[in-house]
Amino acid sequence: MVHWSAEEKQLIASVWAKVNVEQCGAEALARLLIVYPWTQRFFDNFGNLSSPTAIVGNPKVRAHGKKVLTSFGEAIKNLDNLKGTYSKLSELHCEKLHVDPENFRLLGDILVIVLAAHFTKDFTPACQATWQKLVGVVAHALAHKYH
Amino acid sequence: MVLSAADKANVKAAFCKIGGQADEYGADALERMFVTYPQTKTYFPHFDLGKGSAQVKGHGKKVAAALVEAANHIDDIAGALSKLSDLHAQKLRVDPVNFKLLGQCFLVVVAARNPSLLTPEVHASLDKFLCAVGTVLTAKYR
Repeated sequence: MVHWSAEEKQLIASVWAKVNVEQCGAEALARLLIVYPWTQRFFDNFGNLSSPTAIVGNPKVRAHGKKVLTSFGEAIKNLDNLKGTYSKLSELHCEKLHVDPENFRLLGDILVIVLAAHFTKDFTPACQATWQKLVGVVAHALAHKYH
Repeated sequence: MVLSAADKANVKAAFCKIGGQADEYGADALERMFVTYPQTKTYFPHFDLGKGSAQVKGHGKKVAAALVEAANHIDDIAGALSKLSDLHAQKLRVDPVNFKLLGQCFLVVVAARNPSLLTPEVHASLDKFLCAVGTVLTAKYR
């Protein structure tokens, strides 16, 4: 089980309180599809992903980004039981969606960059370290049920 | 992975905007890397890695200068960084995985200090550029 210090919990909570989940989620997913275009392979039915502008404006991308980050919010409420929280989602991503867990790590890194752009100087090194740890354990939990 | 003409233009423009602050960006990226990925400290047992360390600042300046040099010779990064590539292969032997970690931290620094600069397109180009630099620096490892 992952250990979270009081400081880490505080850094997570204080950042999350100010995150616009819809906007942030949409931006993170859009950037994933733009920066790592091979990730588009999972979204054949999303319509127009032909350019960064198309991706950023794509309503399915925005909606799915919101869904993904909303789920992240669940993780934050359950920091002491991430594997349990993500058990079903992990099975889904393995058995139905067939997503390589490396993609969770890529999205996590992108999310950290999106947060840095939003919070600028308030996104201190300690804040970054905590959030990189968080995205890492979320990725690990999502991969946990893979077989 | 190839840098398109648009990527090259994006990278050059980005470093132009960063300008004289490149040294600070380098130092900030290193500081973040040491805090976020403590295993990277193993390459600097001889450094004071405390906050505000002059050694980290100095090293950040070196790292930034190399990135600027690569950006200024973006059509031949391998040529521009040839000596640095030799150094990393023969002497420093930093495990290749660590260049990705520093790259991530550099992007975070750009995002935090200059968010308007890091549009999705520039983000993509910079990420590719940093990957290319890492590839060059580890190209002669074996």
